[in-house]
Amino acid sequence: MIKFSMRIFSLIAISISVLFFGISSAFAENPTKVGFVYLTTPGDHGWTYAHELGKKMVEKRFGKDVKVSVVENVPEGPDATRVIRELAKQGNEIIFTTSFGYMEPTLKVAKEFPNVKFEHITGYKRSKNVATGNIRFYEGRYIQGVVAGLMTKTNKIGYIGAYPIAEVIMGINAFAQGLKSVNKDASISVIWANTWYDPVKEADAAKVHIAEGADVLAQHTDSPAMLQIAEKNGAMGFGQSTDMSAFAPKAQLFASINNWGPYYIKKIEELRNGKWNTGDSPNHWPGNVWGGIKSDMLVISKFQNMPANVAQKAQEALDGIKTGKINIFAGPLIDNTGKEIIPAGKALDDGALWGMNYYLQGVNGKVPG
Amino acid sequence: MEALILTIIATSIPLLLAAIGELIAEKSGILNLGVEGMMLSGAVGALGAVLWLENPYYGIIAGALSGVLMASIFSAFTINFMTNQVATGLGLTIFATGLTGLAGAPLVGKTIPSLPKIEIFLLSDIPLFGNILFKQDFVAYLSIAIIIFTSLFLKYSKSGIILRAVGDDHQSAHSVGYPVKKIRWYATCFGGMCAGIGGAYIPLVLTPHWSEGMTAGRGWIALALVVFASWIPWRIIVGALIFGGITIAQLVGQARGWAIPSQLLSMMPYIATIIALTMISGRLSKNNSVVPSSLGKPFFGSQ
Amino acid sequence: MITFIPRDKVSKNWIIIAPILSIFFTIFFGLLIFTFLGYNPLETLYQIFVSPFSRIDRISDILVKACPLIIIGTGLMLCFKSNVWNIGAEGQFIMGALLAGFIALSFPNIETKFFLLITILAGFVGGALWAFIPAILKTKLNVNEILVSLMLVYVAMLFIDFIVRGPLRDPMSFGFPLSKPYPEGALINKIPFPGIGFLGQLHYGILFVFLLVPVSWIFVNKTLGGFKINVLGSAPQAAKFAGFKRNSITITVLLLSGGLAGVAGVIEVSANIGQLQPEVSFDYGFTAIIVAFLGRLSPVGILFAGIIIATVKLGADNAQMTMGIPKVVTGLFEGILLFFLLTGETLQKYKIKWSEGKK
Repeated sequence: MIKFSMRIFSLIAISISVLFFGISSAFAENPTKVGFVYLTTPGDHGWTYAHELGKKMVEKRFGKDVKVSVVENVPEGPDATRVIRELAKQGNEIIFTTSFGYMEPTLKVAKEFPNVKFEHITGYKRSKNVATGNIRFYEGRYIQGVVAGLMTKTNKIGYIGAYPIAEVIMGINAFAQGLKSVNKDASISVIWANTWYDPVKEADAAKVHIAEGADVLAQHTDSPAMLQIAEKNGAMGFGQSTDMSAFAPKAQLFASINNWGPYYIKKIEELRNGKWNTGDSPNHWPGNVWGGIKSDMLVISKFQNMPANVAQKAQEALDGIKTGKINIFAGPLIDNTGKEIIPAGKALDDGALWGMNYYLQGVNGKVPG
Repeated sequence: MEALILTIIATSIPLLLAAIGELIAEKSGILNLGVEGMMLSGAVGALGAVLWLENPYYGIIAGALSGVLMASIFSAFTINFMTNQVATGLGLTIFATGLTGLAGAPLVGKTIPSLPKIEIFLLSDIPLFGNILFKQDFVAYLSIAIIIFTSLFLKYSKSGIILRAVGDDHQSAHSVGYPVKKIRWYATCFGGMCAGIGGAYIPLVLTPHWSEGMTAGRGWIALALVVFASWIPWRIIVGALIFGGITIAQLVGQARGWAIPSQLLSMMPYIATIIALTMISGRLSKNNSVVPSSLGKPFFGSQ
Repeated sequence: MITFIPRDKVSKNWIIIAPILSIFFTIFFGLLIFTFLGYNPLETLYQIFVSPFSRIDRISDILVKACPLIIIGTGLMLCFKSNVWNIGAEGQFIMGALLAGFIALSFPNIETKFFLLITILAGFVGGALWAFIPAILKTKLNVNEILVSLMLVYVAMLFIDFIVRGPLRDPMSFGFPLSKPYPEGALINKIPFPGIGFLGQLHYGILFVFLLVPVSWIFVNKTLGGFKINVLGSAPQAAKFAGFKRNSITITVLLLSGGLAGVAGVIEVSANIGQLQPEVSFDYGFTAIIVAFLGRLSPVGILFAGIIIATVKLGADNAQMTMGIPKVVTGLFEGILLFFLLTGETLQKYKIKWSEGKK
């Protein structure tokens, strides 16, 4: 009897010690501990799903050499501060915070944990141990504009934006540049959903665009709702963040895919080699790494549901951006009120892109706010 | 224009269904603030059923059943255990938001076939409004049928008159021998069924998805619609269309480049509801017979 | 067949038994649901209820999370006690934070912490003004305060969104919806502990809670105002007979609860965020309704209720990090807990009788 209770006692003791020291003992082991903070769940099939795919590439590349923990559905506020701190406390050596709203929380926690590396996605503030990474999403939008201009019959393009921030506005303007290069008569109407992810609202906005005569739709929101509405109503559109052709096999012309994997792998590699750094690029525009099509951080999916000549034009635009032959924001640039932004022979630099608060020619209306 | 009207109708249907269900519950004296929760469970139930059985019509049934299930929880607590209706209703919404979030997690990112449109022979070919009135999906026809049915039921049927009697004065109704609790159970469950179907309509027709809290406050709007309609069924159609119309109008305004901040446009439906409530309540205080007098009061009588 | 028989007076035993039983039932049903959904039920319970207490800084995080809930809950207590159903505290929280933020950002160089008194007062005024709308509509035009206060939540959410993306946006934010950072004088600092440093996010705003709980206890139990509120809620006829003015009480409790929600908004933003952003409240206003009921509409009860709900919320985060359980489980627990608590209230007033009779 005593023996038995001894055994139970030791069992309890062991389990308690496992519970309490499990975390600290993990420090001693080899794998690099990597943390990810997600805004929604990978089930959004958009923004967070793209990060999830990046995380999977990390796991595949490093195998047992990394240990990944993920926290989903973290609101952008005090909860984020707590969750990021918790991840740092649990011994993660590098933490990727994958939404703009985590900027201040990330900086705050980074100050408390100078030995942990932080990677804030899409932000513009850095510190000694906070680096930022971003994708040139607008490059894909230019190609979308080219395809839209050639595919539209009504010459009306419906665009659904999340919020009127520089990142989204530069996407709309890049789209307009692509559109203008092939079709001078078409124009873009913009509906702001005021949310990144609300399928019902995105669907309503898509329906309104179609009812207003648009036959090609583009979105800078995260759910596949817009493409599903397009599919149902015989319109066309572009996938956002990930390949959405499963939701709209007939309607998706192509998708601009965010490819975070290579960036994550590069930064984790740097950390393991002791070469991790925040770069030395100027502080006034986001991303000490701001990669696009050339660096494979933005991937264009297969061109589909379009005639061969359109696909060929799209391919030319893609090649042009890749080789640098096409500069999307090269002058002359005129905004939609007729004001010249930049004369011929010059081009907007990265800093100017992040100050965009106007629409270029080809976009209807006015930037709110 | 036709396409816009169709969009407005589609947006209004979930509101209309949830509101008519709540109207019946309130007529029996039950104020159920859990409409949002019942709609959410209808949505998740429908999506799950269609993924499993691959037929959108099962989604309607599953949505109705999920709504009834939630309404039964509410009834058990408020009618049998005599708990505070306001607090229990709030609790139901919070509970259902959590439960559906949990149960819906594996459904996120999956998609289902939509409910097909049914063309009514010949009528759908009428110019101008043929497409709008006679080329709708099953639930749209069903919702109109429910409005007509409840309207006639409340006015002309004996059961309808008993229901109203229970809502107006449960003590007298009880003393004449009507089973107050049983009638309230039925009325609340009918409310749950309608809210469930209304919720189911969102994934079945509006957007074939699940996302947490996707009803986005429509259940509360439905509650406001009941007051807006001053407990008269056909007025719910008007209220729902006005609300749907404002929702869509602010999107149209943006697409056409009206220079009003979108947030201010989005506020319009809520402000309009407050104004409507104020106007109606002013009139109601003069003519109090419309409001079920026992609304929200628990009934202690033993049966 | 169960029947209820009214008790002569409220059962003292049940006042203590009911909350304990409801927590017990909640855990039981929680276990059932987790098992049904395929999670290890015991580990889930450990993560949700025990793990938040496993480290001192986690405990301080509980206090930080509970702080706004307790402040709002105390205000709501006054409303609910007098049968006024303010369910729009979320909107009042936002408007309080917004008005205080506006004032804070108007004085970009202020450093003295006395300035906090002004911003907190502004928060009170902002929240109270927002609650004044349902108050005046209710008393003058008999408009249902449940629906009005709720509709105003959505209006407030859209309004702060508009302000932060438009008029108050930091021009240096690349179009991102953030205001400028608050001046030093408008920030609530973290509490430094000698030898330890900071404990998580633990800040001086917590002191307000320790002030509020005794003050509200005295108000409810020892003053005429508190007495009127109690009578009005529990015996409206008697209140009428005694000549208590229903309308002025309704307005007072709505203004107080709106004001307190606004103060909670100021403290939350000044201590934890430090600038305005589109989202400043994370369902605090709605969760506080549960807190008020769980605390059985008493100041001390609400203190504990706030801590319990905050624990569940943090525990749900931990459960997600370690087990991948969606965060929404908190809502599930809150809902069930509320159901059983309300049932407990019935059992205080009624005896149960089991009988074999026909229905």
